[in-house]
Amino acid sequence: MTRKRRRLGFVVAGMVLLGTAAALVLSAFEDNLVFFYSPSEVAARDVPPDRRVRIGGLVEEASVVRSGLTTRFRVSDTAHVVSVSYRGLLPDLFREGQGVVAEGAFDRAGLFIASEVLAKHDETYMPPEVADALRKAGRWRGDEGSQR
Amino acid sequence: MIAEIGHFALVLALLLALVQGTLPLWGAARGDGALIGLARPAANAQFLFIAVAFLALMQGYIVSDFSIANVAENSHTAKPLLYKISGVWGNHEGSMVLWVLILSLFGAAIAVFGGNLPAELRARVLAIQGLIGAGFLLFILFTSNPFVRIVPPPLEGRGLNPLLQDPGLAFHPPFLYLGYVGFSVAFSFAIAALIEGRVDPAWARWVRPWTLAAWCFLTIGVALGSWWAYYELGWGGWWFWDPVENASFMPWLSGTALLHTAIVVEKRGSLKSWTVLLAIVTFSLSMLGTFLVRSGVLSSVHAFAVDPARGVFILAFLILVVGGSLALFAVRAPALKATGLFAPISREGGLVLNNLLLTCAAATVFLGTMYPLFLDALTGEKVSVGPPYFNATFGPLMVPLIAAMAVGPMLPWKRADLAGALARLKAAFAAAVVVALITWYLAAGGPVLAILGMGLAAWVTVGALVELADRLKLLRAPLGESWSRARQLPRSAYGMALAHGGLGLVLMGIVASTAWQTERLQIMRPGETASLAGYEFTFEGTRSLAGPNFAALRGLFRVSRDGAPVAILNPETRTYPTPPMQTTEAAIRLTPTGDLYAVLGEADGTGGFATRLYHKPLIHWIWFGTLIMVIGGLVSLSDRRHRIGAPARRRLRPLAPAPAAKPAEA
Repeated sequence: MTRKRRRLGFVVAGMVLLGTAAALVLSAFEDNLVFFYSPSEVAARDVPPDRRVRIGGLVEEASVVRSGLTTRFRVSDTAHVVSVSYRGLLPDLFREGQGVVAEGAFDRAGLFIASEVLAKHDETYMPPEVADALRKAGRWRGDEGSQR
Repeated sequence: MIAEIGHFALVLALLLALVQGTLPLWGAARGDGALIGLARPAANAQFLFIAVAFLALMQGYIVSDFSIANVAENSHTAKPLLYKISGVWGNHEGSMVLWVLILSLFGAAIAVFGGNLPAELRARVLAIQGLIGAGFLLFILFTSNPFVRIVPPPLEGRGLNPLLQDPGLAFHPPFLYLGYVGFSVAFSFAIAALIEGRVDPAWARWVRPWTLAAWCFLTIGVALGSWWAYYELGWGGWWFWDPVENASFMPWLSGTALLHTAIVVEKRGSLKSWTVLLAIVTFSLSMLGTFLVRSGVLSSVHAFAVDPARGVFILAFLILVVGGSLALFAVRAPALKATGLFAPISREGGLVLNNLLLTCAAATVFLGTMYPLFLDALTGEKVSVGPPYFNATFGPLMVPLIAAMAVGPMLPWKRADLAGALARLKAAFAAAVVVALITWYLAAGGPVLAILGMGLAAWVTVGALVELADRLKLLRAPLGESWSRARQLPRSAYGMALAHGGLGLVLMGIVASTAWQTERLQIMRPGETASLAGYEFTFEGTRSLAGPNFAALRGLFRVSRDGAPVAILNPETRTYPTPPMQTTEAAIRLTPTGDLYAVLGEADGTGGFATRLYHKPLIHWIWFGTLIMVIGGLVSLSDRRHRIGAPARRRLRPLAPAPAAKPAEA
């Protein structure tokens, strides 16, 4: 085997592997991209039930209701709200008036069933998605404090 | 006053870095010995001044000098001393000072230990280090100066994020940075080689120990990070494919590839330009990791609130370094001629396969991590790519890699007999089958993929031992001969066996804890019992405690199995006053077969508490195996040929058992 043909062999092997990897990536992307919507975007478009999405905003004041292990609360971007239900232990930083991101799916009645609630930041930190959502709704004073 | 000394030391270090980055390069091009000679003292002095700056900042933290803005924002008088010190790098500015400190430490180490390097090469390597250092020092001085004063100074600081007040995390960033920045040495060697247009086995032998050291540090750093996530975040997981985790994992993957391909350059003189490219890619990914974490584009505990100027600066610097080095590579790489030829089935071929799979894996992780950022920048749409993506892409690439891992070391250089190598791995195959069957029996069926995964893990671990035994002719020759072979065998051989065997243990931990984890979530009142995986968890109630800078509510669980007490678990929820925050401290008990893990949640207002209990089979093998891998790296690092500049000796490996080696099909 000449040097050139041998090199060609390695290049082909590399291409095959890259192709396999690309195919894996594309098929995985298809199913596993999780879109983020603010409550306003949820109101504006029809998010199909059982489609895995993330929603985010502020936990509305006085909206948290616990019963046993299930917590119901509303996520707001001050223009619209989404009702969320979550069964499990909430993260340490979850509280009313704070930014929150929840991952899950809407049920047929339009209730968001969260499988994960993320609020893992420090008390001055606002998740960028939430800050953006609030800014779009026109209520976020982004230059206040140290957030950005 | 001390802060001003620190600030001034940083400025002097910048000037020294500029000298170090330019004059020796010029001198090496002109053959001017005096300019070349500047490199070493400049590197040492740069380290000295940055160390002064770092100590000045640390002093500010230790004495709680709140007139320094950085200290006031991130420290508090009531913090324990350990967290005052680790608070230095628990924030953006301080962590960047730590970064340049480590960078200059590596520069000084090259200056001190690089006595056997040709003077021009050393001058060029140190110059590249100096230029990187200059870039980061400019970044610190212009966008993230840690020594800025505030007037009037506050009476009390704002405190460190309690999640970061943890021994695991106190040492996580330094190790991570030692790894990230350690790869800068391989990068500088690669750039110097491109400038000289020469890569030879000697070059690879100089690069390898630095790469190996960086790899060991990065492995420890990543492992500490995941261990912290496991026990501190209280979510029961240890790896979330979070962008910040991926940022440290990508350089690990390409660094591991680099570690292996450098062997081929050293032993066989092949794969030169690929090795140089990997060195560039690895350090670029390290810098990208820094950019991702420090620029605030990600939402994560690691992302500090940040002003956009910093992100722009790092991005510009990143583009300059990556673009510049790739352009240099494009121009100069054709000059790097390979000397050794090899057949596809050979040690080299195995290492090429390792490299292809590792880089493809790094590429899939890169895509999953960066895609949301690209999409956001281009369309404004927000998406996230979660664990299912990574499991679907990363996993399938790891299976052939791990399957081939036991075979590769059995193959001789140049050309090999695959059937013969596989025949010698009979014992490993038998072990894999036995482990798979035992797992199948214990788990009463269970997911087929997980059972195969356990078999694969046994295949790698036993395969590594078989390879070692094979070299020692254990049981095939008199014991005395094996013993003398054991003593003569280079340490790198032991290192490899440990590292490969350790990975098998890591895999077992991952597979078992993922496939057979059991979990219960419930409200428990004092006196109630929940059973899980054959264990009885009895909740005995809670009591309040005062910690050094927090108040805690501690729960008490008695765990028993078949009536016999096994463990007492004390999960806590802690409330910190500054900054106001709650944290959850999971209680974890290691047992030989797995971890018992309990988390105390909120009170339900009627005397009960939400509790979450887990049994995670074999999970601590993940960190135990990682430790063995690191020990393997250190053993290999202590190999004779890295300690002294002796010419490479022929390996002792018996090449004999391949008489029927078929020539590769033409």
